[in-house]
Amino acid sequence: MTTIFVTLLGLLFVTFMIGRVMPIDPVLAVIGERATQAQYEETFIALGLDQPLMVQFWIYVRDVMHGDFGQSIRTGQEVSSDIARVFPATFELATLGTLFGVVIGVPLGVLAAVRRGTWIDQIARFVGLIGYSMPIFWLGLVGLLVFYGILGWVSGPGRVGIFYQGIVEPITGMLLVDSLLRGEWDVFKSAFSHIILPASLLGYFSLAYISRMTRSFMLEQMNSEYIITARVKGLSEWQVVWGHAFRNIRIQLITVIALAYANLLEGSVLTEIIFAWPGIGQYITTSLLANDMNAVLGGTIVIGSIFVGINIFSDLLYRFFDPRAK
Amino acid sequence: MIEPLLNVENLWVRFPSRNADFDAVRGVSFTLGQERLGIVGESGSGKSLTGRALLRLIQSPGIVEADRMTLHGENILHASEARMRQLRGGQISMIMQDPKFSLNPVMSVGQQMSEALRAHKKVSKSQARIQTIKMLDEVAIRDPERVFDLFPHEVSGGMGQRIMIAMMLLPNPKILIADEPTSALDVSVQIQVLDIMDKLVRDRGMGLIFISHDLNLVAKFCDRIIIMYAGRIVETCKASELRQAKHPYTLGLLNSVPNLEHPRDRLDVLKRDPAWRDAPSVSACQ
Amino acid sequence: MSSEFGLRDWLLSEEPSSRRQAALSSWYNGWLRFRSNTLAMVGLCVLILIIFAAIFAPVLATHDQFAQDLGQRLLRPGVDGHLFGTDGLGRDIYSRVLYGARISLYIVLLVAMVAPLLGLIVGTVAGYAGGWVDIILMRITDIFLAFPRLILALAFVAALGAGIENAVLAISLTAWPPYARIARAETLTIRNSDYIHAIRLQGAGPMRIVTRHIWPLCISSLVVRVTLDMAGIILTAAGLGFLGLGAQPPSPEWGAMISDGRAYILDSWWVATIPGLAIFSISLAFNLLGDGLRDVLDPKDNGS
Repeated sequence: MTTIFVTLLGLLFVTFMIGRVMPIDPVLAVIGERATQAQYEETFIALGLDQPLMVQFWIYVRDVMHGDFGQSIRTGQEVSSDIARVFPATFELATLGTLFGVVIGVPLGVLAAVRRGTWIDQIARFVGLIGYSMPIFWLGLVGLLVFYGILGWVSGPGRVGIFYQGIVEPITGMLLVDSLLRGEWDVFKSAFSHIILPASLLGYFSLAYISRMTRSFMLEQMNSEYIITARVKGLSEWQVVWGHAFRNIRIQLITVIALAYANLLEGSVLTEIIFAWPGIGQYITTSLLANDMNAVLGGTIVIGSIFVGINIFSDLLYRFFDPRAK
Repeated sequence: MIEPLLNVENLWVRFPSRNADFDAVRGVSFTLGQERLGIVGESGSGKSLTGRALLRLIQSPGIVEADRMTLHGENILHASEARMRQLRGGQISMIMQDPKFSLNPVMSVGQQMSEALRAHKKVSKSQARIQTIKMLDEVAIRDPERVFDLFPHEVSGGMGQRIMIAMMLLPNPKILIADEPTSALDVSVQIQVLDIMDKLVRDRGMGLIFISHDLNLVAKFCDRIIIMYAGRIVETCKASELRQAKHPYTLGLLNSVPNLEHPRDRLDVLKRDPAWRDAPSVSACQ
Repeated sequence: MSSEFGLRDWLLSEEPSSRRQAALSSWYNGWLRFRSNTLAMVGLCVLILIIFAAIFAPVLATHDQFAQDLGQRLLRPGVDGHLFGTDGLGRDIYSRVLYGARISLYIVLLVAMVAPLLGLIVGTVAGYAGGWVDIILMRITDIFLAFPRLILALAFVAALGAGIENAVLAISLTAWPPYARIARAETLTIRNSDYIHAIRLQGAGPMRIVTRHIWPLCISSLVVRVTLDMAGIILTAAGLGFLGLGAQPPSPEWGAMISDGRAYILDSWWVATIPGLAIFSISLAFNLLGDGLRDVLDPKDNGS
């Protein structure tokens, strides 16, 4: 527990320091350039900038703990409500991407390990190499060019067709889910054809990672002696691979998938720009370009905390599911 | 003459490599009846690979070749993979050195044992549980119901190996290959585990192939002994006649172990003659 | 005497007669193993080609990298002597890609020097000192590791201001923690070995032990890790450039060039595609090279 606490506190400290060394004057950012000297000093004290640094940090931590990241200069709203609004879009995209990566990446990695050195292993290796070498934003552009521009199979940038915007009243904030819940079939179709390209793109990158890790975990297991035991028992290859070897990598795999998921949240920053996807990545970058520091730091803290949360979660799973850890 | 359980003629295990093939087992012939056959040799002599070749579990790129390899007269050299899966565990089984590694760490003892049974016998889960617990009892495990739900890391080495034996004998195979079954165990439990295995194998009228580097242990628990060196059989004899062995390698092995009845100041160091490597393999058929 | 043997025999000798021969011989053996890995050799060749292109960019370029010609904008590849066509301001893409190689290599080299050095210092000090120093340093490492890299780099660049040097600094600040962990792990295994005790008995201080006896042993595992990370560094740098936070216009940074080409992607595909291919080939080359190096230097972790 203390570990988590210290890590989160460190996270806040780093963002706090980044906020302090910013070349932008936070007072001017609030009141504008043409304010009087008296207004300036009033705001200066209101923002607590006359306090010592440690006190300022303490106030900052207290505010963040209450979900208060300050106001966004760009949107004029509370940063927390901004994030609550944009986050579901990213969540939807990253979840679908991870699903894609797991459904294809895990079997591919297992097969590559079992049929080591055959064509399927080569394919897995190739997929991984490309995934590790390709700039995601560029692949997104090329994907748009090919599948939207030339072939016309999918819809272009944005989250849903322009005619369907604002039709569905948000429930979860995830358009695919909401449109289904409200029975808006046309909206769902439009949203699906918008999300499929960015989601498979993100999915490809998580697939590259997941299949590579799965392969190396499986190789390690397939060389173990209990695999020979399983074969001696007369089990089928399917039982040996999935019933015995795979059972042993399940927990490791959950950690990898959790990590892949966290990485997708990050990868979505660039993807969201390319696909004009109104998620947290786009929120952070547009705020950044508008010098809106509260919004940038708020977004960074949220994603950082999710990172920490995912790491803790996979640690807990480890302890819970591995019979040796009990 | 009655057909022996196992008949092997001119068995080769070969690993192709870029420069020259490496022959790990070179033209070994032997038969196995309802007896206890010991295979002795140092590491690298090909004794373990001989055992695995019988189960056709040599990993690629290894190749198994033989003039004849039959089980009850059935050709197992060219049997289909599906048929081999019936034979493995069902007719021939094997236990390995260290239960720490040869049991699946994330499956309970009971799960693994029932699975071995259900791979060959059509029995319900509850039926499998009853038989498994009975088998655990036969290998002298106290409180088998509790052990049924334990995980491998929760049992000791000696108990693990008894579980292995119980698991492998559960589907009633005709042949058991024991590959260094006690080398990883504490000396104090070695004999206990071997006694249990010996009793079960004899009661069931099985054939046992006992692979070990320990000549004295093999002589104690076997009827017949094969001495392997560099992939060949250099000598074979009845266990009772081991003292009359003639081959210098066998003598070397015998003399490099201390003997309480004939203590000596200085043990011999085994000297290997390159000529042994090239001598033809002795047949151990009966 | 030695003239009777070829240089090859001397290098492959089983019984080296001097320290130098032993060292050279182990290098040569590593090279032989590396050379037999075709993909790694391809990576090396591509990389040499790119370095060559970067060095001789002024000679190889057909146009001024900054010269705009709005009459010649968005020309297709091959038209009017523009090998890769022209961009939205009529600049020659081929020449810009060549000069862009300089920027990418510059960034990679700087990060590859700063981040591992930082990690090496933190890791060895933590591992050697132990106790509270170790706990505090490793906690800091964990905090940095807990951050998503690109987003932390974004935040740093936001604080420091956009530009190549700041991008390098931001990437280095996010890239050092894994190196610190590796260096610490190595240090922990070395720290209690007998020869370190022997050196200590001879009166060497901690400074000398760490820098002269522990650092050299950490280098090889760090080198492998750095090579494998190079592609990631390039991709992060290109991502920052794409977001307009790395090299500033009109500098021909590849990520920024893709960002420029984004507006024309549907009509003039080459503007964004060609710099993307450049990024792809350099990071692919680094990945292939890194895999090969790992097989040579770190045989226990054999990937394929």
